Amino acid sequence: MHVPDGFLDAQTSIGTGVLAAGVVAVSLRKARGELDDRTAPLAGLVAVFIFAGQMLNFPVGAGTSGHLLGGALAAVLAGPWVATLCLTVVLIVQALLFADGGLTALGTNVTLMGIVGVWVAWGIFRLGRLLLPKRLSSVPLAAALGGFVSVPAAALAFVGLYAVGGAAPIPLGSLAATMGAWHVVIGLGEALITALVVGSLVSTRPDLVAGARDLVEADELEIRAVVAA
Amino acid sequence: MGGGHAHHLQIAGDTLLHRLPAHAKIVGLVTFALAVVATPAPGWVPLGTALVIGVALVVRSGAPGRHIGRRLLVEVPFLIFAVVLPFVATGERTSIGPVTVSAPGLMASWLLVAKATSAVLAATAFSVTTTSRDIVAGLQRLRLPATLVAILSFMLRYLSVVGDEMTRMRIARESRGFRSRSVRSWGVLGRSLGSMFIRSFERGDRVHVAMLSRGWTGRLPVLDETPVAGRTWLQVLTPAALVLCVAAFLAVRP
Repeated sequence: MHVPDGFLDAQTSIGTGVLAAGVVAVSLRKARGELDDRTAPLAGLVAVFIFAGQMLNFPVGAGTSGHLLGGALAAVLAGPWVATLCLTVVLIVQALLFADGGLTALGTNVTLMGIVGVWVAWGIFRLGRLLLPKRLSSVPLAAALGGFVSVPAAALAFVGLYAVGGAAPIPLGSLAATMGAWHVVIGLGEALITALVVGSLVSTRPDLVAGARDLVEADELEIRAVVAA
Repeated sequence: MGGGHAHHLQIAGDTLLHRLPAHAKIVGLVTFALAVVATPAPGWVPLGTALVIGVALVVRSGAPGRHIGRRLLVEVPFLIFAVVLPFVATGERTSIGPVTVSAPGLMASWLLVAKATSAVLAATAFSVTTTSRDIVAGLQRLRLPATLVAILSFMLRYLSVVGDEMTRMRIARESRGFRSRSVRSWGVLGRSLGSMFIRSFERGDRVHVAMLSRGWTGRLPVLDETPVAGRTWLQVLTPAALVLCVAAFLAVRP
């Protein structure tokens, strides 16, 4: 669910737009440092993965289902700078090709999902990695914590923006409580999906998980002496 | 999804909206959305004009109604919010029929519906008349950073590839008796996403090597730099200008 045009006033939209543009500019430079000239194809394919992943329905029961938001997953798998770029590109595509999320609200949506969502997830993930034992099995758990916290954090950031530039005088306390409560539930789902995906990757290809790279020793090519019979 | 979703965004045609260059259309679309968003309350006439323009654009796009209807579904959550808004907002009360609601909430509800709907209509008219390749080229001409343009073009190019891969994985799961029913199936779905990530990432690596061997320098070549006629700018800026003129006329009228 993305913020459409006209939900927040023009000043707030322009303000978040400037903020988003600044962070994206920094991310472009940092991501190039991480991935050098592989940035474009790899970030492009991670963006596709997030976009397609959002379309995979996870059944909740009683005929309803939810889907991944992907900010935490992208941050843990590709690092926060690349994740911000991927989420930004996904949001541009959704706004321009699917009319999902307003064009004037693009800065707001990037701020909420690509900056707050990604960086809160990354911060909590790093904190979790610090506190948990230094083992590969801690990585999915830390990722789950990041995913769980990032969703209500983005929702509360939205409430903050609504307080600044919202259209109707809604009592902010109850708006924050409702948004917070709903998104804690959504965050639980996000945490579980993130943990499952990261867990499956850590057990098969830990070298691809940016957030676990420090735990993986480089596999050296080893040529064993052939024992002559 | 890849099949059902990615291919049918743009509807081929030869209307004025199809012929206008993509970057000019993006400028027109953004200025229109900005004009709509900046319209002060109550804005009955300017926003009414914007809604009429939105409908006119969608009609001129020549896309079938059912297709447009499906595309407009993205707005539904916010329409629900707009319905709830008058009941939860504070401020002076007013009564419609048997219920009393918040007057500022009612006004905010109208503004939200009018602004969001006219912008969604215009964006839909844009997306059904512009191919994704033209959208990338348009953003490139509008000086979006080269890396962002490249990421975007990769995403659009590989969307159906990865989407088809996802469909094949679903068929594989279901042919082995998997039914996605409750939270218990999340483990399988999570692992599917995991292997999709490995495939996507490795594909990115292979694509990169293939590109290097074909002389990739870090930026996509610009294919079309033909200057755009003044008349074209006039055409794409008309929707925004109409809304602004109506609003300005009403503001200065004694």
